[in-house]
Amino acid sequence: MTIARATTSRRSFLGHSYSLVGVVAALVILAWTLVAILAPYVIPHSIGDIVDDDYFGPMRQGLWLGSDYLGRDMLSRVLMGARYTVGISLAAVSIACFSGVVLGMIAAVTGGWLDTCLSRFLDAMNSIPSKLFGLVVVAAVGSSIPVLILTLAVIYIPGAYRFARALAVNINTMDFITVARVRGESTAYLIGSEILPNIIRPVLADFGLRFVFIVLLLSGLSFLGLGLQPPLADWGALVRENIGGLPFAAPAVIVPSLAIASLTISVNLLIDNLPQKIRDRDA
Amino acid sequence: MKSGVLNLVLKRLGIAAVTLLIVMFAVFFATSMLPGDTASILLGQAATPEAVAGLREAMHLNDPAILRFLRWLFGLLHGDLGTSYANEMPVATLIGGRLVNTMKLAGITTLLSVPLALTLGITAAMLRGSVYDRTVTILTIGVISVPEFMVATLAVLLFAVYLKWLPALSSVNEAHSLTDLVRIYAMPVITLTFVISAQMIRMTRAAVIETLSTPYVEMALLKGASRSRMVLRHALPNALGPIVNAVALSLSYLVGGVIIVETIFNYPGIAKLMVDAVATRDLPLIQSCAMIFCLGYLFLITAADIVAIMSNPRLR
Repeated sequence: MTIARATTSRRSFLGHSYSLVGVVAALVILAWTLVAILAPYVIPHSIGDIVDDDYFGPMRQGLWLGSDYLGRDMLSRVLMGARYTVGISLAAVSIACFSGVVLGMIAAVTGGWLDTCLSRFLDAMNSIPSKLFGLVVVAAVGSSIPVLILTLAVIYIPGAYRFARALAVNINTMDFITVARVRGESTAYLIGSEILPNIIRPVLADFGLRFVFIVLLLSGLSFLGLGLQPPLADWGALVRENIGGLPFAAPAVIVPSLAIASLTISVNLLIDNLPQKIRDRDA
Repeated sequence: MKSGVLNLVLKRLGIAAVTLLIVMFAVFFATSMLPGDTASILLGQAATPEAVAGLREAMHLNDPAILRFLRWLFGLLHGDLGTSYANEMPVATLIGGRLVNTMKLAGITTLLSVPLALTLGITAAMLRGSVYDRTVTILTIGVISVPEFMVATLAVLLFAVYLKWLPALSSVNEAHSLTDLVRIYAMPVITLTFVISAQMIRMTRAAVIETLSTPYVEMALLKGASRSRMVLRHALPNALGPIVNAVALSLSYLVGGVIIVETIFNYPGIAKLMVDAVATRDLPLIQSCAMIFCLGYLFLITAADIVAIMSNPRLR
């Protein structure tokens, strides 16, 4: 039954017409993903090499995006920055959504004190402003890449949990769940085979939105100097180290900002332009 | 029926109290995890082991964490925020003036952004689907999708670099006239207003659109009421609850916003104080600042929920 459902939903999925904005947004996301994967092979200069005599150099041939505050090639640094920004955010959002959704479904199916305790606790976690939480934790345990990923994931677990639980609670009242329960199926089967297939599409849309939040928070932390540490630099860190170029509008400070904006705006637009059926959140 | 609302509100306040306790606990333990031994940091490298041990004893650093937590909590309840490690001053003194500065920033931003966002949100909802509505929607998506520091960067580029109207940095010390005041607050306030208004416009627009699709608004349309009468007399009074809810929720974004904005514009507020305290590992200062932020945030989201409960006509 599940297989039949999957194939029909796929056909209708492909049958939808996509808006132009959605397609363009998807292409931008695809491009950044490719850049993130291929960056080490395509960068024209090593990111540490000083290739320009002048700092905050303008865009010109050979240095397509100008040079940074030390005269390093900005194009190479932005391309490599994509690797960190996209990679860390993707890892964090995967952990956050996986844990949040699994916990949410378990809470919805089990109910009782487990549900109450979990919801209370995660709601409390949600009442700590995200930037503050990141600030304190990163200051406490340093900001290596694994710590950053885990911190970002922990910050967004409550949101993913709340969203998935609200969806799962609705599904949980359906007759086929009662039937499965009466059959004596285990909780693992209930959440994996009965609930998950019915909430997966809004959950994926939520995944995208949470990815945007995480990119923004990571950039914000890096901008404050609490994210990635030199010599590594994600887009937020690139803006921070080149902020001195702001008074003369150097490309070194504008380009990384534009890179962040192009990625986050594309994800938002893609989700907004998904066919109604996929993005529908009846939570 | 009135007791139903009261019960719900009391229950929500109870939840807020429990949340506050958990948050305090979390803040205390997160800051306790800060690396390095505070006593040896304070005494510097030349300190003898005996001196470090003595200071640890005097600062109760050897006590179990739970005891220190209870002591800290007790101090908080008495208004004693502890003493800053870095410069031996009472935390309350350090925070006092800074908090006023931040509140001024937040207050001015609120006064500017609420009317602006409500006007744009409501008119966009009224003219749903028009070019005006689409422009507003795209602009708000744009502002929401970019980090706060980018909004700030663009504001500096536009107003300070190209137009040269305003200085890029602010320092509150030298305000002698109204123009000084405007020049100091302009950049941080503009940035924050953009960030907060975008959220508020989106939520307000959604709330009004939802009300406009209800049967009684259709009824008003059918009986021949004009469009503005339909919105102002029929829809708005009922959308008021969701709108106030949206305003309170959006204002909670101020908490994240000020951290970035105060840092980028070097504004002497409490967020800047906290970012600096993180750098110097000034535990009591970090704890107190974090608590103030959490309190403000919790207050706003609780207020948003309570307004939502009170405005639900089914509970009245």
